[in-house]
Amino acid sequence: MSLLSFFEQLAELPWSVELHESQYAYSIIESIHVWTLCLFFGTIAMVDLRLLGLTMRGVPVSELARRVLPWTVAGFILMVITGTLLVFAIPVRTYQSIFFRGKMLLLVLAGLNVWLFHSRVYPKVAAWDADGVPPRAARVAGAVSLVLWSCIIFSGRMIAYNWFDCDRQPQLAIINFLTSCAPASGQ
Amino acid sequence: MDLLPLFQWCYNTPVGEAIRNSNWMFAIIEAFHLLGLGFLGGTVLMVDLRLLGVGLRKQPAAQLWAATQPWLVGSVVLLFASGIPLFLSEAIKCLYSFAFWVKMTSLLLVLLFTFTILRRVVQSDFASDRPLLRRSTAIISLVLWFGVAWGGRWIGFS
Repeated sequence: MSLLSFFEQLAELPWSVELHESQYAYSIIESIHVWTLCLFFGTIAMVDLRLLGLTMRGVPVSELARRVLPWTVAGFILMVITGTLLVFAIPVRTYQSIFFRGKMLLLVLAGLNVWLFHSRVYPKVAAWDADGVPPRAARVAGAVSLVLWSCIIFSGRMIAYNWFDCDRQPQLAIINFLTSCAPASGQ
Repeated sequence: MDLLPLFQWCYNTPVGEAIRNSNWMFAIIEAFHLLGLGFLGGTVLMVDLRLLGVGLRKQPAAQLWAATQPWLVGSVVLLFASGIPLFLSEAIKCLYSFAFWVKMTSLLLVLLFTFTILRRVVQSDFASDRPLLRRSTAIISLVLWFGVAWGGRWIGFS
C-alpha cells in the first residue's frame, strides 16, 4: 500500500470527516497545538540558551535538565497528540504539503540532535555542570536545537498556506516532485 | 469615543497595505510572531514555575528573574515588532473583534502586573516564606498571559 493510499483511507474514516467538519473541535485542537509552543519550545529554548551560556549561567545544567526538561517532554507529548489529530482531520492535503514534509524531515534531524546530546555530550556533564559557558560540543547541540526547532515552527505555520498545493497548478516541476503531485496534463 | 478613524488610518498605512497586497508577508511575519511567543513562554515559565514550586527550586526566584529578563524583554520586543505590522494589515477587522480586545486588555494588565507586583514579589526576600503569595502571583501571571494567547489565536478565527 502506498503512503498516498494510506492517507486517502484515513480521510475516509468517519471521525476524520467529523473532525474536519466540526465547528469547534478543529480550532480548539489547533489552538492547543500553538499554545503548547510556550511549554515545549519555551522550555527547550531556555535549556538551549543555557547550553550556549546566554542565560542563567549561575544555574547548573544538570539542575535545568532535572527540573525543566520534564516540562519539555510533557509539552512534546501534547504536541504529538494534537499534531496527529490535525493530520487526521486533513490527511491527504497535509501528506502532500511541502511544508509538512519539510517539518517531518526537520523533526527527524531534531530527534537525532537530542539523541546525540543525551548519548555523547550530557553523560559528561559533571565535568562542566557549573561552567557559565559549557564546552563546544554542548554549545553546538544547543545552537543546532534552537535552529532546528525554530525552522520547525516556521514550516509548521506555513502548512496553513496553499501556495504549493497540488490543486494549484502550474507549479515548478521540482515542487510537484517534492509533493509527489501528478497534475493532469493540459492543466 | 469613536475609534474607527484611528483604526482606518492604521489600516491605510503603507505597511498595512503592503502586507495585504503580498502573498507571503503576513505568513512570514506571523511565523516570527510565533517564535516570539515561544521564547516569551519560556522566560515566563522559568519564573512562574519557580514561584509555583514545580520548576527550578534551588535558585532564588530573584536570580531567575534577573537571568531571564533580557530574554523576556527581547521576546516582547520581537512580539511587538511583528504584531504591530500584522495589526496594521487588518486593523478594521480587529476593531470589531472581541478576541482582539481581550488580547489588548490582558496584555496591558499582564505587563503592568509583571513589572510591578510580580517583580516585587520575586525580588522580596520573604517570597519563600509566603507560599500563598508566591503561588497566587504565578497563577495570576499565567492566567493573564493565557488571556493574551487566547485572544491572539482567536483573532484568526473571527
